[in-house]
Amino acid sequence: MISLLLIFIGALIFPGLISITKAKLSGKKGPGIFQPYKDILRLLKKGSVYSSTTSFVFQVAPIIYMASVLGAILMIPFGNFKQGLISFEGDFLMFAYMLAFGKFLMIISALDTGSGFEGMGANREALYSMLVEPAFFIVLSSVVMLSGYTSFYEMFTHFHVENYVSWLYVAISVYLLIQITLIENSRLPVDDPKTHLELTMVHEVMVLDNSGFDLGLIQITGALKFAMFGALIGNLVIPPMHLGFELSALAFVVIQALFAITVGFMESFRARLKMIYNPQFILTLSGIALIAFFAVFFITKTI
Amino acid sequence: MDSFVPLWVLCISAILIFTVPNNFKHTISLALVAITIAFTSYWAGLALFYGFELQGLSPFSMISGDSPIVVDKLSAFFILVVNFTVLTGLLYAKGYLKSYLKTKNKHLMSIHYFSYVWLYFSMLLVTMVRGGLDFLIVWELMTISSFLLVIFDSEKEDILKTGINYLIQMHVGFLFLLVGFLFTGEFSGTISFDSMGVAFSSNELFEVFGSHGNFWLFLIFFIGFGIKAGFIPLHAWLPHAHPAAPSHVSGVMSGVMIKMGIYGILRVLTHLQSDWMEVGVFILIISILSGLYGVMMAIVQHDLKKLLAYHSIENIGIIGIGIGLGLIGIATENHPLAVLGFGGGILHILNHSLFKSLLFYGAGSVYKSTHTRELNSLGGLIKSMPKTAIFFLLGALAICGLPPFNGFVSEFLIYSGLFKSLSSANLNMSLMFLGGITSLALIGGLAIFCFTKAFGVVFLGSARCEFPIKPVEADGSMLFSKLLVAVVIVMIGVLPNLFLQPISEVVGMFVTSGGDVFAKTMHTTSQVGIISGIFILVIVVLYFMRKKQQSTVAVEYGPTWGCGYTGADPAVHQYTATSYADNYKQLTKPVVGSETEYKSFSEEEIFAPARSFVSHSHDKIEDNIINKGIAWILKTMERFAVLHTGKVQHYLIYPLVFILTLFLLTLLNII
Repeated sequence: MISLLLIFIGALIFPGLISITKAKLSGKKGPGIFQPYKDILRLLKKGSVYSSTTSFVFQVAPIIYMASVLGAILMIPFGNFKQGLISFEGDFLMFAYMLAFGKFLMIISALDTGSGFEGMGANREALYSMLVEPAFFIVLSSVVMLSGYTSFYEMFTHFHVENYVSWLYVAISVYLLIQITLIENSRLPVDDPKTHLELTMVHEVMVLDNSGFDLGLIQITGALKFAMFGALIGNLVIPPMHLGFELSALAFVVIQALFAITVGFMESFRARLKMIYNPQFILTLSGIALIAFFAVFFITKTI
Repeated sequence: MDSFVPLWVLCISAILIFTVPNNFKHTISLALVAITIAFTSYWAGLALFYGFELQGLSPFSMISGDSPIVVDKLSAFFILVVNFTVLTGLLYAKGYLKSYLKTKNKHLMSIHYFSYVWLYFSMLLVTMVRGGLDFLIVWELMTISSFLLVIFDSEKEDILKTGINYLIQMHVGFLFLLVGFLFTGEFSGTISFDSMGVAFSSNELFEVFGSHGNFWLFLIFFIGFGIKAGFIPLHAWLPHAHPAAPSHVSGVMSGVMIKMGIYGILRVLTHLQSDWMEVGVFILIISILSGLYGVMMAIVQHDLKKLLAYHSIENIGIIGIGIGLGLIGIATENHPLAVLGFGGGILHILNHSLFKSLLFYGAGSVYKSTHTRELNSLGGLIKSMPKTAIFFLLGALAICGLPPFNGFVSEFLIYSGLFKSLSSANLNMSLMFLGGITSLALIGGLAIFCFTKAFGVVFLGSARCEFPIKPVEADGSMLFSKLLVAVVIVMIGVLPNLFLQPISEVVGMFVTSGGDVFAKTMHTTSQVGIISGIFILVIVVLYFMRKKQQSTVAVEYGPTWGCGYTGADPAVHQYTATSYADNYKQLTKPVVGSETEYKSFSEEEIFAPARSFVSHSHDKIEDNIINKGIAWILKTMERFAVLHTGKVQHYLIYPLVFILTLFLLTLLNII
């Protein structure tokens, strides 16, 4: 329950922190931290316009998308203190496939509008999330290797960091998780949420036809997803630091904030990749993940 | 009295199909199948739940000597799987064949129904007979009846060609099985499955094949059965035969008939005496390749049924990954891996038979109302065929392995086995397990890519093509059979333990001491059910929240966002199956063969005329291994054509030369 709460807090500050960081770095004053939520609140009160080409798929997709992310969050534990609301052996598989379910629906809802733009976005989203899958699973495998357990809670509880090689491993994994998060959430360098040209968008172009309540849901889900991956990073970093319960909770939020600021930084100083380089970039992550996997062999002294 | 007598009576009464008029052929086939299902399911239930194995004598005993026919747990599982899919297929056929009643004459219809019923009987017998000769007979009956079913539309020339291609490839497999059984007979004295254990441990085996005799003899059987199952590179018949056959036949063939190959492999594996590791690693690698190659090829197809056929190869790969891991588990005495590997693989046999038949039925309904399987001329069918669309979507979600549907459960078991064994294995094994994990993840991602394309292009958006007759929703009987399948798909997804119990009995045939692993797994899978429940609850709550919100505000309908211009025909600007796969194609060029025919604009063309764009895909393995092999054989055979002079005198010399050679050879004591 505590992890659920912390993720909600994280999701609340996440989008605001990113936009504040980006504004400050470009010398602007920047909005308030809750400005994104004020926008979302306004969306939730608005009426909706549906395309007459669409069917029920388009109507249920945002709801299922949100439900899938909420379902996935239920399985995330709070460090080595508290397991997620639901925890079982192999829960991370359910986690990954649950997210895939939501994504499946969003992709077909984009195709449901019958628009060329949205088809393009759907295709790119499907391709990139397919390519990023191996990297995520290799990272998970390495954590399983290192801890010897197969549920999120036990994995993070029995995750011992003893020497410098281990910290190196943690660093690589955190780097990978950050990149995977950015790809899963369609941020730079794969996708630029601030672009104004449909042809260069990925996620934004998929939701062009969503409006009102549905769009609000999609945006909340985006923030939740960010905080969810932030929580995964937190889980990887906090238990080895051996902090107390309260301090860990604080560290959890701090890590979320740091993560948001990092994203803001990265997005301020980086340009979007050319579309054709995206697959290369994503596949490189799988390569780096393999390095992390081999590092585990060194740590466990199998090699 | 022999308890199998009812089955023989039913087999013979299939003749009745020829005697009744066209309108009753379906009814009588259904009656025959239903009675058979009642009997065989009872036998299977006895074996699976009470451990009572029904035994009898094979009807071919007069030719092959006293050979037994047994319903054990493995047979029982396959009998139940076959029963269900054959039943739904026949229910579906009623609606699907309705329009053919006018065009096909009485005899063709009789042959079709007769072959269908006999395909069913032969599949049942394949799982029950134990004698080698009997097995080959029923295996051949299965091939011939399915061949007759494939060429139902034989007026079209390419369908006949495909059918014959299928028949020939099946006989190549048959040849390998024959060789395998002959070796078994040579080593053990009797040609039968039951004596295989003796053959696998006999000294002669090791004298002939060397120290890894078990592996080599298994390999012969694997090739024979693998052609039926469709492992890479033995799959070449599959993507051609499935689209050619009528959809209920494709559903049955892809859903259960190719599983008979898996049955054969499993049956041989129960008698394996050593070399588990080698066989396991071999199956694992072949299966990973099949899984990846199948789905990679599926994405570039534009023929809906061909796409599904390639997915069969992918799913056979997933089943094989499970079986391979199970064997590695046995070899390393890693019980969780053995149990979860076999459990996942065997459950996936059931799962694939369900969602693949559902998808083929869906594809058949689409074909029936539009008369095309070409993805790029379909679109927007969800409006005219909403129920078919929902069932197809369900099948698509299930085949992608998404929770809370059945595909997830079996993949979950295989994944669990892999993850659990990661930390305890040595370096090589860990890397192999990692390979398994990564390829399963990649297969999942690719499947999502493929089915978002297939579902999106066929059912969503606006129609890409005007059809002379407006597409209409499928017939009630077709929808009903889909509903049956869909219910089981959801049941396995939400209540997996109901089905894991019998599966654990089957797994017990391979791994004797794995009971506690299953108990633990069932605890885990019950959690999967809980989270699915929460998931559905959240969806319902959110749905009603939005309903409440939208009751107070304006909800309008308008054209899709067109960047400020909505005058153009929306159908023209949509993504097609080809454009959806375009960036993927560039990425996978080394593996997936595809060409495009397109001439780009030159600078001189100011008023460019209309352009055409054509793209093809081809199967590189089929081209480079199968077709080149056949070409080589043909070329070699042509050399012997020198002897074929057409003169009787020459032909008379040949026997003389032959007899003389024989005489000389015996004279010199060479033979």
